[in-house]
Parts: sequence; structure tokens; C-alpha cells
Amino acid sequence: MSSYIPNTDADRREMLETLGLDSLQELFEAIPPEKRYPHLDLPPPLSEMEVKELLRGLAEKNADLDHHPCFLGAGAYHHFVPAVVDHIISRGEFYTAYTPYQPEVSQGTLTTIYEFQTMVCQLTGMDVANASMYDGATGVAEAGLMAARVTRRYGLVVASTLHPRYRQVLRTYTQGMGMDIQEVGYGEDGGVDLRQADQLLGAGTAALMVQYPNFLGSLEDLQPLSELANRVGALLAVCVDPVALGLFRPPGEQGADIVVGEGQSLGSPPSYGGPYVGLFACRQKYLRQMPGRLVGMTTDTDGRRGFVLTFQPREQHIRREKATSNICTNEALVALAAATHLAIMGKQGLRQVAELCYHKAHYAADGIDALPGYERLFGQFFKEFVIRTPVSPATVNALLMERGIIGGYRLERDYPQLGDCLLLCVTEMNTKEEIDSLLEALREIGDSR
Amino acid sequence: MTEPLLFELSSPGRVGCRLPELDVPETALPEKSLRRELPLPELSEREVAQHFTRLSQLNFSVDTGFYPLGSCTMKYNPKLHEEVARFPGFAHIHPWQSESTVQGALQLMYELQEYLAEITGLPGVSLQPVAGAHGELTGMLIVRAYHLEHGDEGRTVVLVPDSAHGTNPATASMCGYEVVTVSSDPRGNTDVGELGRLMDETVAGLMLTNPNTLGLFEEHILQVTEIVHEAGGLIYCDGANMNALLGIASTGELGTDVLHLNLHKTFSTPHGGGGPGAGATAVTEELTPFLPTPVAARREERESTAALTEYYLDYERPHSIGPVSGFYGNFGVMVKAYAYLRSLGERGLREVSENAVLNANYLLEQLKGYYHLPYDRPCLHECVFSGKAQANLGVHTVDIAKRLIDLGFHPPTVYFPLIVDEALMIEPTETESLETLDAFVTAMRQIAREAESEPELVRGAPRTTPVTRLDEATAARKPNLKWQG
Repeated sequence: MSSYIPNTDADRREMLETLGLDSLQELFEAIPPEKRYPHLDLPPPLSEMEVKELLRGLAEKNADLDHHPCFLGAGAYHHFVPAVVDHIISRGEFYTAYTPYQPEVSQGTLTTIYEFQTMVCQLTGMDVANASMYDGATGVAEAGLMAARVTRRYGLVVASTLHPRYRQVLRTYTQGMGMDIQEVGYGEDGGVDLRQADQLLGAGTAALMVQYPNFLGSLEDLQPLSELANRVGALLAVCVDPVALGLFRPPGEQGADIVVGEGQSLGSPPSYGGPYVGLFACRQKYLRQMPGRLVGMTTDTDGRRGFVLTFQPREQHIRREKATSNICTNEALVALAAATHLAIMGKQGLRQVAELCYHKAHYAADGIDALPGYERLFGQFFKEFVIRTPVSPATVNALLMERGIIGGYRLERDYPQLGDCLLLCVTEMNTKEEIDSLLEALREIGDSR
Repeated sequence: MTEPLLFELSSPGRVGCRLPELDVPETALPEKSLRRELPLPELSEREVAQHFTRLSQLNFSVDTGFYPLGSCTMKYNPKLHEEVARFPGFAHIHPWQSESTVQGALQLMYELQEYLAEITGLPGVSLQPVAGAHGELTGMLIVRAYHLEHGDEGRTVVLVPDSAHGTNPATASMCGYEVVTVSSDPRGNTDVGELGRLMDETVAGLMLTNPNTLGLFEEHILQVTEIVHEAGGLIYCDGANMNALLGIASTGELGTDVLHLNLHKTFSTPHGGGGPGAGATAVTEELTPFLPTPVAARREERESTAALTEYYLDYERPHSIGPVSGFYGNFGVMVKAYAYLRSLGERGLREVSENAVLNANYLLEQLKGYYHLPYDRPCLHECVFSGKAQANLGVHTVDIAKRLIDLGFHPPTVYFPLIVDEALMIEPTETESLETLDAFVTAMRQIAREAESEPELVRGAPRTTPVTRLDEATAARKPNLKWQG
């Protein structure tokens, strides 16, 4: 018997006797007899020691970032996570609890969500934030659906510099809703092509959706985009990198109506793509159209402060087919990691992380731009930038990996016109030594052409 | 409650994390683009650690007590899982790394897909959905894509039983479908007669939970699937309750076309206070082309002497509904579910369901004379009582739930399913001992007695918690959703 099941044979006999049954098989008589007990071809059970070794073996087949300098970003980032974060989310009281439907025994989770909501608002400059979405991609999709509910329009104008995968998820999510999605390209500096955006925006547009800094790394002024959108009665939805907001003007100051983002950078490892956490914030007036859970402050019968899930009539368990979204389980524990991370980093730390990223990324970008055969593209950036390479990006990455370096993101699949380009990311985790070894390796690769 | 908020603890100048000095030359910052202020709190590491530790102690959790929350499968989460998911080779790998550098991760995903296919009897599996409702969305978009592929554009309705989780109708609606409700019959099954009348060429499919939210196995399952299939519809099975059927029955053999599994329920990955979950979705061979891109795949390369196995992500899926999340799903959760399956094997899985069902029936039997049982037949993994006898005495289900807290237990799911008045939905899971079940029975019987003799005691509960009952009406009327100092 598995060590996770406490019942002994004697216990089972006693319980069956209480039920007036002779065997466990009698519990399943409602199931058609010919369908009972299929043979499952699964590997034999292993002990804890064996499972651990098996998993260690699989893990060791992967090239991890503890042993390889990494210059990949494109939606998943290698940032420092202080030890406190993992200790807090490893507390059984947090990670083995359920959604806080019984507030009297869930004040821990509810308080942390309220703090998370507050800090997401502080970071983005928005009025209200929810308890989390699944990730950045689904946050974007939900923002598109919410904009349609708010404006009662079904057109979306989406920047081609919004993460390509997020744009695909938006299309997946909206395929049954009859939405009309158009894409607006980018200009020479890598920012949204304002003239084209102006042409595409119209009376049927629910939202203009952009990324800040955008997928190609460019950091653009959002104000003109907000003005273009507002002129036709459309909302501006912005997908952010929360670490960039440690340094740069928040979208709330620049006319954004909805702000979403990938929160993985705040306290969670890259973990091969998940679990991550979607940030979702908006202006107060759209509160009732928001998807997902919200926690509010209130008082108990003795007048003490406490927290509860609120505005639940928007949600599926009350409104069923009329709910603002079908989301139920979100990413509470990852949101707790983000809240803990923001608390430990605080006002100074997050700014410092952002500055380290900025200076190191610029050091790397300038160094690469100066190498023969390489060129950096586009204008102002934060921690990611595009380089044109003298040999194919696939070859560059393969040759970097031979030197133990994980290279950049190949843009060819999503941007054919950038088929000879790599998107590189530099964070506080990359030491000068690592960046110099990247520069040296790229020089050799360029010279060997 | 005494713990102040982060913002109240904050003091200007405190630093929680020291970062390395800048080791490269500075680049001028673009002044115009910089933010003027960053209003985050300022705390030392000691204060942050203490604050969140104290908050954790205000929570009830599986690690601290019995959590018989119906339909949520709050089973024990093995500690091994937490350790292995944190191996650097899993936690510290980047989703865009080249496939050759993440063969271990891809092998794990591929094998997990295979195991789940074996368990469900449905050969096509996507691990990409990150929650149950996300799996539902994936599944219903697949149903939609299937009908459109067959030129069948007139199917605009999805049938949902009245006992279904709210996510089912909400999901159908997000896929653009009109939702029509099917009633339950007096034994708690889908009303087969009504289903037959509703089922026609406008119906895309039926979203069925089996065992259903009453904890009852759908007795006419083969008839139900036949009615739907004959009219050209598909069966979507909500697998929230699969903890009842592991190794007991495979959903695919019961006529299901699409199924989502909650890895965070059935496969023992933790709930995390409301996520991260994982909503792996399994489909028939016929529906496999529509699965989200990418899926983990395997190929054999013949070298001169030996066969080389290589794992990769298959993006070449022209009929796919498209991706449903940012990368490949909640990989960290997959590692835990994989570890669980390798620990249990076929026999271990069957023992899970046998013991979960035995425990639920034991509770049903022991509480029968004390609470009204609206559907009096053996249950599977959970049992649903009604507090209506107590309600007649002025003690409602919410009061019973709160009183249980004072007696040391997390309440069952309450007021759901909607078809039971004053519902109390109890799911003990297989990881609780007979002693725990007996203690819970004692508490429930005590409350039934108190409802008659001391109703005020029950109505005034809870008294032992950090806060007493909270004013939810004011929370909604005067929203305070963030700290404003």
C-alpha cells in the first residue's frame, strides 16, 4: 500500500463492515461491469528514493542556467530570486490551502492577495488589480475580451511587436467570439507605426493592444498611442514587463486603460515556461467587467479588519454562462511569490535591479554593435535588444552552445524580415565576465565566416 | 487579527535585498522616460520573513488539518514533489532553450502525456492548459474546431446538466455557444428523456461531469453517450472528479471524446491557495489533430548501429486550435504529477480510488441519520448532504460550516451543487485515516445536536479564528481593493 494512504487492511475491513459490504469491488456497482478495471500499462511503482533518483537523472539531462550563461528572454526571464521567496511559498499553510472561500480560516492567503493587488497597482499606476491570471499571454487574451465587453465592439488592433505567442493565444481565445483582429506593424525605431495604427483604428475598435517595452525590446512613449485609441473611443491595453516598471514611467501615467503582464520575473524561476502568473489591472470604472478574483478589505462582527473575496457576482460560480470569464483556479502561489519578491525588493531594490539590467544590457549591446559584421537594430531599449548577425542566427546559437553559452531568441519564425536577427536579453544575473565571454564568442563566430 | 500590512510596516530607507555593485560602465538613463516615484514598501528581510510567516499561520491547510472540501480533492501533497520540482535541471531551464539542451524535460512531458492517455483511455493529450477551467476552454474549442472541420456550422448550442460546475456554462459561453440546461432525474443522473428531446443537429455537445457533483456515477452513461453521438454531438467530460475512477474505469471507454484532468486534484499536486494548477486535456484519436500547439513528441533516429531517441516539440499541427498559454503549460506542476504517477503505478492508482470511495461511503453511512441525504444511494469519491432539516430550526449550512471550523475542521463545499438545498458536499480523499474520519463524524453529529439544543452556539461560530464572520455586503458596496494609506 502506498505510504500516502493511512488505511490498514483492518481499517478497511471495519469500514466495509459498517457499510454492510464484503469487498471494495462492491463500491463500484454503478459502473457498467464490462467497463470496470481496465488494465493500465504503466511503469511499476517506485520508492521515494528511486523516484528521486529517476527525476534527478531526467533533470541532469537538461542544460540549466546555474551552469550556463543565458541571454534568452522573449517572455521568460532569468532574474535573481531572494531566498526568502521560496521559503515563504514552501510553507504548507500556503501551498496546501485551497482558494480562500472560507475567509475566517484563509486570512493569510486573502491578506497576501490584497497586498499583491496593491503592489500591482503601485507598479503599473492603475486603480484596481485582480488576484492574478494564468500568465501574460492569457492576461492579454482576457484584456481583449474585457475591452469588447466594455465598449461593446468586436475589433482589436494589435501591435505586431506584442509577443507573437500572446497574439496567437489571443486568437485562440477569441475564435468563437467573432472578433476581428488586425495587426499594426512597427516603424524604424521599433515602436508602433503610428500612421498605420491611426488608419486601422475605427468606430468598431474595442482596443489597441501593445507591449511595453515591446517584444523587440523597444521602449516607446505610450501617450500618443492612448490618444489615437481614445480618439475613436477605443481602450489602450498595455502588456508590461514589471521589472521595467522599476525604472520607467508606468502605463497608468500614460493613458493606459488596461494593463496586463507576465509576473514570472517577480520571484519565480523560468521553470521551462510555467507556472507563471498573469498581472491584470485597469481603471476603476471598468471594475465590474474585470475577469478573475478580487479581494477586498472589510470588518468582522467585532469590528476587526479582515479580507474577503468580493465582487463575486462577476464570476463563473455565481453567474455561470453570464460570467466575465470562466477562470476559477488562478496562480495564487505564484502571485504570493511575486508579492514576497516585491516586498523584499521594495522601492529601492526593484529600481536597482532595473538599473543593473539597463546598464548591463547596454554594455552588451554597444559591445556587439561594435563587432565587425554585427549591428544592433531599433531605438531606445531596456534589457532586450535585436542584433543582426553575420552568420545565420541558428548557427550563432549552436556555436555559442558549443562554448556553453545559451544564446538569443531567433526571430525568423515570427518576423521573416528579421530572419538574420537574434533577440538578446541581459539581466542582473549576467556578470561582466559572462557578457565579455559572449562578446568574445560572437567575435570569433563572426571572424570564422 | 493583529498582523499589519506590508505598507504599515514600511519605513523609509529600509532595504530587503542587497544586490551586487554594477560591474560594467554606466549608460546614461533616458530621463524623459523614467518614473518619478516608485511607491513600493520598504522593509528589511527580517520583517518580510516574519510578516509572511505570521500570515501563513492564519490559514487552514491540508498540512494542518482535515480539509473535506467537496469536488476539490484536498489530498495530501507529498513533500518529495516539492523537492524534485526545484531541481535546477527543472526549475532553472528556459522555455526557449534548444530542444537538444532540454531532453530530460521533454522526455518527462512526453511520458506524462503517455501515462495520462493510458489512464483515461484517450490517446491525444495536451499538457498546456494550466487550470481546470483552462482545460475546459481548450476542450470546447476542440469540439468547435471539429464541427467546423466537418462543415457543420449549425451547431450553436451546448448542453450542460443543472448539477455542473459554474465553469462549464461559462466556458461554453466563452466559445460562443448558447447554453441549455439539462435536468437531473430523481436518482441524480442526467435526465435521459430530456436529453433525448434536447439533442438535435443544433447541439455541439454535452458537458458532463462523471462522477457528477453529487458524487454519483452516471448510471446511464452508455445511453447518454449514445444519444449524444447519434445526433452528431460530442461528449465533453469534466474530470474534476477523476479521483473516483483511477484504474476503476477509463473515461474513453465510457464514450467520452474530450476530458480535462485536474493534476492539482487527482494527481496530488498542491492547490497553492488557488493555483498553480494544471488542466491536462485528453481527446480521442479523431480529435488529436485539434490539440493546442505544441505537443511533446518523440522520434527515433537510426544511426548506423543503434536507434537514437529524440524528444521534440511538435508545432506542425495545421488543424490545431492554436496555443492556449504562453509556453507549454505549468511544467513545474507536471514534474510533481509525474513523480506521483511513478510512485504509484497501476496498483497504487487503483488503491487511491478504492480508498477515496470507501472513505466517502463511510462518511455517508455515519452521517445518514443526522443530515438529510437527498440522493440515497452509494456514492463514489464524495457525498452530498442537505442541511435543510437544520435550516428548519434556523441553523443554516453556512452556520454548520462555521461551527466545524471551531471544532478543528475545514468545512465541506457548501451551497453546491445548486440542485441541493443547503448543500454540504463532503470529499474526504484517500489520504485521511479512519481516526480522522471518526473525529469528523463526531463533530458533525455534535453540530446536528447543537442545532436542536443550542442553535445560537452554531449561528455564532466561528469563535476560535483570527477574525469572526466578515461583512461581505460592505466589502462589495464600498470596495477597498488596495491599500491607500
